Amino acid sequence: MSSKMQSSNNIAQARRTVQQLRIEANIERIKVSKASADLMNYCSEHAKYDPLLMGIPASENPFKDKKPCTIL
Amino acid sequence: MGEMEQMKKEAEALKTQIEAARKAVHDTDMASAASGVAPAPRVQLKTRKNLKGHLAKIYAMHWSTDNRLMVSASQDGKLLIWDSHTGNKVNAVPLKSSWVMTCAYAPSGNLVASGGLDNMCTVYNLKTPVIKTVKELDAHTGYLSCARFLSDTEILTASGDTTCALWDLETGKQKTVFLNHVGDCMCLSLSPDMNSFVSGACDSLAKLWDIRDGQCKQTFQGHTSDINAISFLPSGNAFITGSDDCTCKMYDLRADQEVIGYQDAALNSGVTSLALSMSARLIFAGYDDFNCNIWDSLKGEKVGVLSGHDNRVSCTGVPPDGMCVCTGSWDSFLKIWN
Repeated sequence: MSSKMQSSNNIAQARRTVQQLRIEANIERIKVSKASADLMNYCSEHAKYDPLLMGIPASENPFKDKKPCTIL
Repeated sequence: MGEMEQMKKEAEALKTQIEAARKAVHDTDMASAASGVAPAPRVQLKTRKNLKGHLAKIYAMHWSTDNRLMVSASQDGKLLIWDSHTGNKVNAVPLKSSWVMTCAYAPSGNLVASGGLDNMCTVYNLKTPVIKTVKELDAHTGYLSCARFLSDTEILTASGDTTCALWDLETGKQKTVFLNHVGDCMCLSLSPDMNSFVSGACDSLAKLWDIRDGQCKQTFQGHTSDINAISFLPSGNAFITGSDDCTCKMYDLRADQEVIGYQDAALNSGVTSLALSMSARLIFAGYDDFNCNIWDSLKGEKVGVLSGHDNRVSCTGVPPDGMCVCTGSWDSFLKIWN
């Protein structure tokens, strides 16, 4: 590659980097306290539906191997 | 050259501006904010199923949306479809290339995909009388590290060629190529609303992408090594990453930064995989040290461990109904825990 082509590639790359950084710089940001509060709310609202958190009764556990019942 | 100098200056100024903006909203971190929250209970899960069938290292697994079937991929050159309730193998798909690194189940349950060192993503129809290859997606110039179906007509891939791509499954061509990472892309996760996805790469960065316009919207720093695993929270506002730097991190999209890290001085193995419980309170992270550690996502504390594999845990998955967690390992077994 000629050095002229190389430097115009570098300029193109630099332009793309600046363009990308402009996009990323221009977003609206919310406070971490608000982001955390929303996440905490989500977890607490959904906790009661979370089987791995709440535990699963043996009778409702499709993965638990059923032991054979003996009728006495 | 004048323009080059100008570009460099502007880039530096923009980076400084971004850092300052992030700092300005960093009024706390998640662990401090959650200090009043009751700790998650000590989580002790039992192995309910030990799925034996693969003859070599398992590299990937993915649950079907029916909460019962799952697909696993091994370098024994096979995809296996399992009925997780019975532990039985429902299907075996022989692969053209045994160097598989990823597998995926379509939301419809009709298709599965796999890919790896062959640089291709191969899609199979499970519903034809004999399982058929329906497409070989061939355009990446590096290995396929991750694939995820949006539907029966679109699939997203991540590649060692540093790009991600959205493919049209009817034409077999790339619709959109996502360019911005400077290291191998290792993982991706779709947002719950399916309008965006996040990717993790060997450049230690995570990036948020708009699926339709192909644009990288945000870049997240913090990790100091390859990001091997990534997962959106069901709320859609945050995602978790797992890295070779032995830590996991939660990043919030709207705060545009890391809000909490999950690490322990005693842990010096890389994170290979991760999955979230339904409420997102628990993070199941697979490590090179053969364990899967369970983290309280809000408080950053370890609340349990899944021990039992005899080699690296390479993949982890929680089905949509949250009823269990599956771990897959280089020891060739998959375990179901709850």
